[in-house]
Amino acid sequence: MRIGAVTFPGTLDDSDTLRAITAAGGEAVALWHGDADLRGVDAVILPGGFSYGDYLRAGAIARFAPVMGEVVDAARKGMPVLGICNGFQVLCEAGLLPGALLRNAGLHFVCRDQWLRVENNTTAWSSRYEQGAEIIIPIKNMDGRYTADAETVAELEGEGRVVFRYVGANPNGSLDDIAGISDPSGRIVGLMPHPEHAIDALTGPSDDGLGIFLSLLDAVVTA
Amino acid sequence: MTDTVEQAASTPDQSQPYRELGLKDDEYARIREILGRRPTDAELAMYSVMWSEHCSYKSSKIHWKHWKDNTTPEMQAKMLAGIGENAGVVDIGDGWAVTFKLESHNHPSYVEPYQGAATGVGGIVRDIMAMGARPLAVMDPLRFGAPDHPDTKRVLPGVVAGIGGYGNSLGLPNIGGEVVFDASYQGNPLVNALCVGAMRTEDLHLAHASGVGNKVILFGARTGLDGIGGVSVLASETFSGEEGGTGRKKLPAVQVGDPFTEKVLIECCLELFQAGIVVGIQDLGGAGLSCATSELASAGDGGMRVELDKVPLRATGMTPAEVLSSESQERMCAVVEPANVDAFMAVCAKWDVIATVIGEVTDGDRLVITWHGETVVDVPPRTVAHEGPMYARPIARPDFQDALQADTSDRLPRPSTPDELRELVLRMAGAPNLASRRWVTEQYDRYVRGGTVLAQPSDGGMIRIDERTGRGVALATDCNGRFVKLDPYTGTQLALAEAYRNVAVTGAMPLAVTNCLNFGSPEDPAVMWQFEQAVKGLAEGCKELGIPVTGGNVSFYNQTGTTAILPTPVVGVLGVIDDVRRRIPTGIGAEAGETLLLLGETRDEFNGSEWAHEIHGHLGGLPPKVDLAREKLLAEVLVAGSRDGMVSAAHDLSDGGLAQALVEACLIGETGARVFLDPDADPFVQLFSESAGRVLVAVPRTEELRFTDMCTARGLPWRKTGVVDPESGALEIQGVGVLPLPELRSAWEATLPALFG
Repeated sequence: MRIGAVTFPGTLDDSDTLRAITAAGGEAVALWHGDADLRGVDAVILPGGFSYGDYLRAGAIARFAPVMGEVVDAARKGMPVLGICNGFQVLCEAGLLPGALLRNAGLHFVCRDQWLRVENNTTAWSSRYEQGAEIIIPIKNMDGRYTADAETVAELEGEGRVVFRYVGANPNGSLDDIAGISDPSGRIVGLMPHPEHAIDALTGPSDDGLGIFLSLLDAVVTA
Repeated sequence: MTDTVEQAASTPDQSQPYRELGLKDDEYARIREILGRRPTDAELAMYSVMWSEHCSYKSSKIHWKHWKDNTTPEMQAKMLAGIGENAGVVDIGDGWAVTFKLESHNHPSYVEPYQGAATGVGGIVRDIMAMGARPLAVMDPLRFGAPDHPDTKRVLPGVVAGIGGYGNSLGLPNIGGEVVFDASYQGNPLVNALCVGAMRTEDLHLAHASGVGNKVILFGARTGLDGIGGVSVLASETFSGEEGGTGRKKLPAVQVGDPFTEKVLIECCLELFQAGIVVGIQDLGGAGLSCATSELASAGDGGMRVELDKVPLRATGMTPAEVLSSESQERMCAVVEPANVDAFMAVCAKWDVIATVIGEVTDGDRLVITWHGETVVDVPPRTVAHEGPMYARPIARPDFQDALQADTSDRLPRPSTPDELRELVLRMAGAPNLASRRWVTEQYDRYVRGGTVLAQPSDGGMIRIDERTGRGVALATDCNGRFVKLDPYTGTQLALAEAYRNVAVTGAMPLAVTNCLNFGSPEDPAVMWQFEQAVKGLAEGCKELGIPVTGGNVSFYNQTGTTAILPTPVVGVLGVIDDVRRRIPTGIGAEAGETLLLLGETRDEFNGSEWAHEIHGHLGGLPPKVDLAREKLLAEVLVAGSRDGMVSAAHDLSDGGLAQALVEACLIGETGARVFLDPDADPFVQLFSESAGRVLVAVPRTEELRFTDMCTARGLPWRKTGVVDPESGALEIQGVGVLPLPELRSAWEATLPALFG
């Protein structure tokens, strides 16, 4: 199973994401922002970082990259797509997920080990977790405060599309403690915290993040 | 009207503003003597900035003999590159070379905290790239004024945000550093930055311009009017008061950084190194192109010709002197064989990095720089870069030293009852210099790149270098400026000993040293005495420990008015561990049953201690004794303990003594402990003394005997001092009281958020 991770100029967690894909047993494929080519992958991850320096607005320029046209087309046809942190911001900017991510409530960059609750274990990216499981993975961002209009939030909550929720102190003022959401199909997911930094207790707070990548491999196999 | 060499030769008597540029009369006379004429504006700009204290080390160079005199062949053998290169390089085994360096960005960070600190990170990262290495992590030793002073509320949050804003965007984990408060830094905070990088040993690149006909390529950001600094006096003369066009917007003397450009530049450089098409490379930092061109040419075997008008600019109407002096960030300069120029340009184009051939290596021994066809610089490059002035500044032991050393802490009232001691443990846990650094370090990304094994609040940071073998390095920086003030020689050795110990407690074997020597004015004989003593102490200390000084940085003129800062020679130690899976954490509680042992000896040593500072505002006496042979033995025992799985946690004892080490080991490990003090010794001394050469270790009960036997056999004093108690949720110190962890945690964690929001 070939899983791609996109490198935009300013992407930072691409090598970590590729490592996590490999650790889960997938074939990691590096994708380049300037190439309108997904190299035959079965799923795509948009890793974290500051694509194009986050100038203008986080994720606002990356959505126009040549590779994003392919990602959007493939996603609309059902290819699983995960956006982590800056990748989540890109998915919102590209219209694949609703809402937006604003500057953290405390106005500081926040890097900490964060507890999350798995609110929906039926998506392509969360099936390996038990419903309601609590996991600890790092969060690190400047613009992580999820927001959307009341109607959208009601829809997300009503349809079970809040996939991950912060447990304990909300790190960034996110609406309803939302840490990650999905599209209606459950194949496109965006989340602020970084599962690729929690694949090994040696270099992360736990290996709880590995479940995200294992879930995806299951989803690709059964698709 | 451009001031050309021709014009300079024909107008020998034209007066020049060399004093405004910081040159002394005799320095100016020497430039005229070297050139056989007056310098052009551009040459004057080059010499003045390259002969500044910051670039030429003119006051400190004479003391480098101490490094040389104290480096044995065995120490030398560990170094692949040493002092004089952009950064020192050591061989860590398995074919890996590691390069690391500390640098200061003190003065800009006071003027403009965010950009000053941000560009400090950017500069040290480019130094590491200039060795051919991939930058892997950063650390930041910081010093600020009084924590409750209003200006500290301006400087500290700005510096922290700048380090985070730049470093986080570069994708480099921040794995440690220091935050220290002392009123002496009020008008002159210290912002030092360390970067560590790694490469395969065969990929080491040195900054040489060799090979006649090779092209000189400037790549990265455009050159602008930021960070021009003193050279603006030339511009104002040239433009006689008028701003000279729409593009000449006045810009601040502090450079402005763009981390996105630097991130792309890093990836571009690494791809260029990978392709093997770089002969020599140099970063553009202080003194910009003046420094890069003269250093490249000076270190090479020929001359260099540069067409300065080819430099891509982002302002109009810039003079040659300004283009040479600009400290615009995110620029590098490479020497490339003509056949590889197209390939070089293709890599730069892939990363959207602007690259321009600005000159070539020539067979002469001159650095010739032209501006639209006219020669504006024609100099022997060594006279600019490597043969600047050197001063033997007057040295005198300060008048205050005797009185300072005589005023010991013995007269200070000490706590005696259990209640007073318990209160003191809590008060010290929340003291600004001891409290949790979380408010600061949460603003730094410590996870990016996936190699961080230990980071703050561990004593040392550790990163994995080789994913296959698990080989990695540990790093720590330390300096207690109060100890250095009391006795600069011993104080600097104490800084070395602490950094060395902080690396050893992670399970890594210390291997090499870097430094950032922050002092007051070199024109003050008392400061030069402190400086000389510190260099001597460090050099001789390194010899005793058998680890080489691989490089360093000097920052003088750190003072407010005539009051110098505490002398602050920050020492960075790098160690190697062959498998990071055997690292020793700081927090207790990793194993089911653990015994706490205190290694080393505790004496009644409170001069310069955190207790004397925090409780009594006192500084006097002689600092604690330093015993480097003991430090070496401790390191050997800890490394053996890590290798054989005998140690499950270790924490160095330094500021705040045993009490603070216990508080931190419990809170970091989220586990309680019961501690038994020696009934025959003063509990206050046991808990708060700052004797050096001590470590608190937790050993699994099954390993206790094996470990203590080893200590005894090697002659390392140890004392069983308690047990880890996962059930209690408290630190219980017998004869003092019970301190529930939540109470300790709120004392430890509340201080910085309360001060800085």
